[in-house]
Amino acid sequence: MIPASAPAQRPADAKLLVLAADGGLSHATRAGLAAYLRGGDVVVANDAATIPASLAGEHERTGATVEVRLAGWRSRIGDFEGCLAVVFGEGDYRTRTEQRPAAPVLRAGDRLRLGPLRATVVDILTPPRLVALDFDGGSASVWAGLAAHGRPIQYAHVPQPLDLWDVWTPLAAPPAAFEPPSAGFALDWRTRSTLRARGVSWATLTHAAGLSATGDDALDARLPLPEPYEIPAATVRAVARARACGGRVIAIGTTVVRALEHAASRRALRAGSGVADQCIGPATPLRVVDLLLTGTHEAGTSHYGLLGAFVNEQTLRAMSDALDAGQYRTHEFGDSVLVARELPCAAAVGW
Amino acid sequence: MEPRLSRPDPFRGLRVAITGGTSGLGLALVDALTARGARVAFVARSADRVRETAARTGAHGIVGDVAAKSDIHRIALQVLGLLGGLDVLVNNASSLGPVPLRPLADTDCEDFERVLAANLVGPFRLTKALLGALAGRGLVVNIGSDAGIAAYANWGAYGASKAALAHMTRIWDAEVEEHGIRMTCIDPGDMDTPMHALALPDADRAALARPDDAARAICAIVEASVAHEAAAA
Repeated sequence: MIPASAPAQRPADAKLLVLAADGGLSHATRAGLAAYLRGGDVVVANDAATIPASLAGEHERTGATVEVRLAGWRSRIGDFEGCLAVVFGEGDYRTRTEQRPAAPVLRAGDRLRLGPLRATVVDILTPPRLVALDFDGGSASVWAGLAAHGRPIQYAHVPQPLDLWDVWTPLAAPPAAFEPPSAGFALDWRTRSTLRARGVSWATLTHAAGLSATGDDALDARLPLPEPYEIPAATVRAVARARACGGRVIAIGTTVVRALEHAASRRALRAGSGVADQCIGPATPLRVVDLLLTGTHEAGTSHYGLLGAFVNEQTLRAMSDALDAGQYRTHEFGDSVLVARELPCAAAVGW
Repeated sequence: MEPRLSRPDPFRGLRVAITGGTSGLGLALVDALTARGARVAFVARSADRVRETAARTGAHGIVGDVAAKSDIHRIALQVLGLLGGLDVLVNNASSLGPVPLRPLADTDCEDFERVLAANLVGPFRLTKALLGALAGRGLVVNIGSDAGIAAYANWGAYGASKAALAHMTRIWDAEVEEHGIRMTCIDPGDMDTPMHALALPDADRAALARPDDAARAICAIVEASVAHEAAAA
């Protein structure tokens, strides 16, 4: 695959690889996505807006230059107390994360100056480049500081500096994510109208997508970190309505799969907040989601592993071959894959 | 006599963002809406005046310039972070352009563009950035002017911007109604505001409406729209 290096959310030539429920593969255009959905289906998308979570600054005790990337909420979306962060040494996204110099050794109580923001390291986690931070001031001053000083987290495959214009999806609402829930880039307002005209219903949830990579093998192996989510009652009703009439549930992005499947893992899907801490893979029974629209994922990544809950290893290998042969673009601004679950729903109970 | 059923105040907890919130009509709206129990975030360029208005009203103040593209998402981030979402956006901030007002032929190209940036492109961008949050049951109120309808000499840049704003509002309203968003453009009439004084310094202020009265009229429109949405839900 080819890394997508330009921050275009909806390139006119975006491709869509479709993995049908019978294991068949076909090449399509992403603009034609709606043709694969039908009346009675429900689309569930992640409406999280992306926080400008890369903060350049200084480690006060040593005077060292650092880049702090906010990485996750400790408990609740919007609660900055004990916010998780990964600390890099000097440099920025233009250096690949695995080649970034390490930050100075951090200790609890260390102070960070991040533009207008001031923060205290309150907890050193494992590995130690993952820390918990407390910001000075209330949440209003943290939002103002992030707005003034923060930049979207980005990686070396996109050379030009990103703006929030580049990373907010068309449906972005509460600022909850640290990296964009990029499957939502495809959902422009015209597509929403087309889906509506086809009788496909629309629902959202908020899932706080965290970092996709840190350059630290031990930490990367633990990604995604536990991520809080909120599912509105209207979304649970929309899913139940779709089920009742034989419609399917289409998750827009892996974060939606994580949230819905976590919320339904022990009981019938219900509204409210939770923290998705499960690792979804081939052994995970899917209880809610029938189809997934996602990016093009490479073998070995957690997103690729998640696809294993939908299709078998043989189909995944065929998918990888088709993505390579078709020169699909990868990463957040890349092409898309629509995957249908091969196996019947693990537990169609509770509806 | 039948006792009247008490209904919850539709403004209580309503999340409203207002641009140009430290003077004239915008300030009157911040006052009126916070007094009714709405959760208000307002935007203005001057940090001092934002601080002063926030301290007096309890509303959230955001320093930003809607005419600058680079400020739009910074404003949207704070609005959504502070309020957790948004029900009503009031695009009120506007610019007259250079005063004294002058004929179009004497208006510099750059000044014309600056007026469009504040009065038309700014509301377009901010609405676009917040549209995802407004989907479902959102309302956008754009503040228009009769200078956008009648051809007043010397009001060219301002009048053209307000005419375009009104038309953009109509088109956008037609496009997003199916997504649960309403957009409306309201002409508050001539008011005794700092902007009016800049435009027509010799006007008889006693003959002008008070911004508080215009704010009340706009609140009534918001109330009717919110009540309609609640009834439809």
